[in-house]
Amino acid sequence: MCLTEKKRILEILQKDCRLSIEQIALMLGLESKQVEKAIQELEEERVILKYAALINWEKIEDEVVTAMIDVKVVPQRDVGFDQVAERIYRYPEVKSLCLMSGGYDLSVLIEGKSMKQVALFVAEKLAVLEHVQSTATHFVLKKYKSDGVIFEDQAEDHRLKVSP
Amino acid sequence: MRTAREYVNPVIENLPPSGIRRFFDLVANTKGVISLGVGEPDFVTPWHIREACFYGLERGYTMYTSNFGMPELRKEISSFVEKNYEVAYEPLEETLVTVGASEAVDLAMRALLVAGEEVLVPEPCYVSYAPTVTMAGGIPIQVPTYVEDDFQLTSKALEAKVTDKTKLLVLCYPNNPTGAIMARDELLEIARFVEKHDLLVLADEIYADMTYEGKHQCFAALPGMRDRTILINGFSKNYAMTGWRIGYACGHAEFIAQMTKIHQYTILCAPIMGQMAALEALKNGQSEKERMLIEYDQRRRFVVGRFNQIGLHCFTPRGAFYAFPSIKATGLTSEEFCEKLLKEEQVAVVPGNAFGTSGEGFIRVSYASSMANLTAALDRIEAFVQRYKG
Repeated sequence: MCLTEKKRILEILQKDCRLSIEQIALMLGLESKQVEKAIQELEEERVILKYAALINWEKIEDEVVTAMIDVKVVPQRDVGFDQVAERIYRYPEVKSLCLMSGGYDLSVLIEGKSMKQVALFVAEKLAVLEHVQSTATHFVLKKYKSDGVIFEDQAEDHRLKVSP
Repeated sequence: MRTAREYVNPVIENLPPSGIRRFFDLVANTKGVISLGVGEPDFVTPWHIREACFYGLERGYTMYTSNFGMPELRKEISSFVEKNYEVAYEPLEETLVTVGASEAVDLAMRALLVAGEEVLVPEPCYVSYAPTVTMAGGIPIQVPTYVEDDFQLTSKALEAKVTDKTKLLVLCYPNNPTGAIMARDELLEIARFVEKHDLLVLADEIYADMTYEGKHQCFAALPGMRDRTILINGFSKNYAMTGWRIGYACGHAEFIAQMTKIHQYTILCAPIMGQMAALEALKNGQSEKERMLIEYDQRRRFVVGRFNQIGLHCFTPRGAFYAFPSIKATGLTSEEFCEKLLKEEQVAVVPGNAFGTSGEGFIRVSYASSMANLTAALDRIEAFVQRYKG
């Protein structure tokens, strides 16, 4: 299967991973067997990492606290930022971690049950790590859009039910 | 006083109400309907286009424009048409911005037709051509097309209908409702027919940018056809801008000048807000347009594949966003099929005969709907067909 077809499969799955192999095969004009094999390969190559739902937790839980923490780090010989990054991303509280250009080095996304919990994590686990120079914590007040999805958008169809 | 009806112009009174209208009322009164009967994109106009309209309003662009439309927009249209369809029009004299492609169709009929002249209208087709011919005093002549020919028009079918009163041929490819397209070779055959009988052509190419297996062939770009053709297009389908009502016509300066006379006395100009949005669409809308097309294409394959699985033969549409499967295997007429499907499975599709008698035995299914809707609707159609198929 060519790369473009694989990319199409990935795009379809990224939008809705609940579509069946048969549906995807029809959509792309491929055989089900081909799609199945391609998806299996993409999973084995860890191109597809997992199949997950995008959830607006604020509708279910009273308090979900998310914070973005800017971390300045002293890079290490031979390993650069990777070693200290690993020390950070191994914590399950850390939902995502990126190396950044600009005013700071690592951007850490943390989720917790309360502001205190998050603040304590930063103070006790993050700020004290060797090679971490400084941290700046920003709490998220409201999420408008994530992964291309607008949270408050009502997907209402305003069109006439039948038109020529 | 006479009854109100007796005051009405009999030409108008005798226009048949659109077959879709009656079905629309049925659908409106049914609950929980998944509608695949919609002739417009399910996408909302891309944000950058909507935003350009707000910005225009903020800067106070709320006035009339030139009758022809904003010169800037006409220049963009002209260069877009030249680049994409390979036919050149002088932007300021051969291009007219209209209120949707529909207005352009009406203007062309009124500017060209003399009472009693005949217009060849290939069917099945969009519902407006025959009534606009009649209202302009002309006589619409149906030319059937057949699934055996992939719903393409043949010169043979045209030769059977042409008379010495024939003036105009309507071409609408990619076609609503069949999704058929016509390739260059087939169109060349039509062009020879047009030349032989000294006809003009109204080419409604509103779905030109929505072809899936190869590029659209513009009729006006064929040798000798530019000055015989009024090319009509717009922004409704390709940029998901139906409600903005912006279309355009390109053609010989004389035709455009006469059409503009009617336009200026009846409409004055297309709304400036829509024109500003259309300008943005042409300047920066390419990538969003392509994104939507990829999605339509996936749905197209899915829908056609499912109909063939279900046992309703569906020829492969190569343009627009409609599938036109045959329902003859069920033994039902198009209207029976649609009414029963609506009542029993709450899925709305449009009976093929709403688009002309040669559409009988078919249904129009719009795949301008989400994959979730299409999946559910086709499962319901499958259950329905299993009950009726002998």
